[in-house]
Amino acid sequence: MSEQLAVSKIRDGTVIDHINAGKALLVLRILGIGSGSRERVLMAMNVPSRKMGKKDIVKVEGKFISEEELNRIALIAPGATINLIRDYEIYKKFNVSLPEVVEGILTCPNRNCITNSREPIVRRFHVSMAEDNVVARCHYCGRKITEVDKFVL
Amino acid sequence: MTRFRHLISIDDLSKDDILYILDKAEEFEEIARGKTKSRTLEGKLLANLFFEPSTRTRMSFEAAMKRLGGDVINMTAQEASSVAKGETLADTIRVVGKYADAIVLRHPLEGAARFAAEHSEVPVINAGDGAGQHPTQTLLDLYTIRKESSLDELKIALMGDLKYSRTVHSLIKALTLFDAEIYLVSPPSLALPEEFLEGIGGKITTAELDEILEEIDVLYVTRIQKERFPDEEEYRKVAGSYKVDAETLKRAKDSLIVMHPLPRVDEIDVSVDATKHAKYFQQAFYGVPVRMAILSEVML
Ligand SMILES: [Zn+2]
Repeated sequence: MSEQLAVSKIRDGTVIDHINAGKALLVLRILGIGSGSRERVLMAMNVPSRKMGKKDIVKVEGKFISEEELNRIALIAPGATINLIRDYEIYKKFNVSLPEVVEGILTCPNRNCITNSREPIVRRFHVSMAEDNVVARCHYCGRKITEVDKFVL
Repeated sequence: MTRFRHLISIDDLSKDDILYILDKAEEFEEIARGKTKSRTLEGKLLANLFFEPSTRTRMSFEAAMKRLGGDVINMTAQEASSVAKGETLADTIRVVGKYADAIVLRHPLEGAARFAAEHSEVPVINAGDGAGQHPTQTLLDLYTIRKESSLDELKIALMGDLKYSRTVHSLIKALTLFDAEIYLVSPPSLALPEEFLEGIGGKITTAELDEILEEIDVLYVTRIQKERFPDEEEYRKVAGSYKVDAETLKRAKDSLIVMHPLPRVDEIDVSVDATKHAKYFQQAFYGVPVRMAILSEVML
């Protein structure tokens, strides 16, 4: 398959497939993988997909990401699928599902919100689906976010 | 058993909870008037923590606490702002919780009360956080409506600044629990934000006061703030057209009550004060029994 040409196989780790095209970097950010991280990360963007037209794929070598962590991905890529790989074989496969609450991932657009002050506070949002759209509501000030991508920390 | 430990948002209360507080307030009314004495909260200490001035709200809580035999310590807005420079709200709350049995918090940032409650060993009552919530105001508004009019089959007009007035926002939410018919009367620039109505059921329509004056039971007027307008001329035009005087009310039902979450500027003319419609001073008084009900709920 073309995607396997685009991204080489990993031995042990996590493969996140069917990410909406262009969202792979955000997925990494949500997983806390950045320039200082040590994991070996393979990424493909805008890979042709029969189901989605175009999609992104992320593979993280040597890291088995927890289900809870992965469900955060549903915020920006509700259709993502996850394969956990051991010795080149898939040993667990699942789809992400939207968590009810996310903590420390989104920032509140309300400048007058207590979460944007210098208080020691974990930003918490209540998440739900509204007409195929992810909606997040700030636990503290109640402000609603409809364009969730824009407010990923 | 108490129904709630903190009082942060009117949204946290069910219709049952609201009725429970209103009933309880009723029991406290004689004491609030000073006609009967009570020592219910004797030995208890309330901390008023006001990071933003609001003399009426603070005094009303103080009156409520003292009428029940309790005591109050105050941190004024001036003191609070100098504390806030060096200390987080989280720390202030933790410290003050060591002095007092409950905290009343007024804060300029939205969500401050919910955050404070998470850090507090003692109950926190929200007395207004930014443009956020002010649940005791909403409860006293509901109490006034129930006492002076009726919460059943209520037709109410909310007039003035419906965009920024948090008392109006919370009141609308609470009134939908009682199936009230709500009319919104405001200049277009101060209309209720569209997104506010999302997910809110109920009978809510925009209207001109003229069209509905003969039908409504309650006219709830809010202050139109000068600073919301880019220029004074625009303010004058708008403010002038949302002014109520005794003449305006001639066509209204005899039983119509006029409410206002004081202080007023000039949206209610003093000529209204002498009419039987005027209930805004009574409304201010009702803040005391309602706050007594809340204080005894969280402290006992
Ligand atoms: Zn917020």
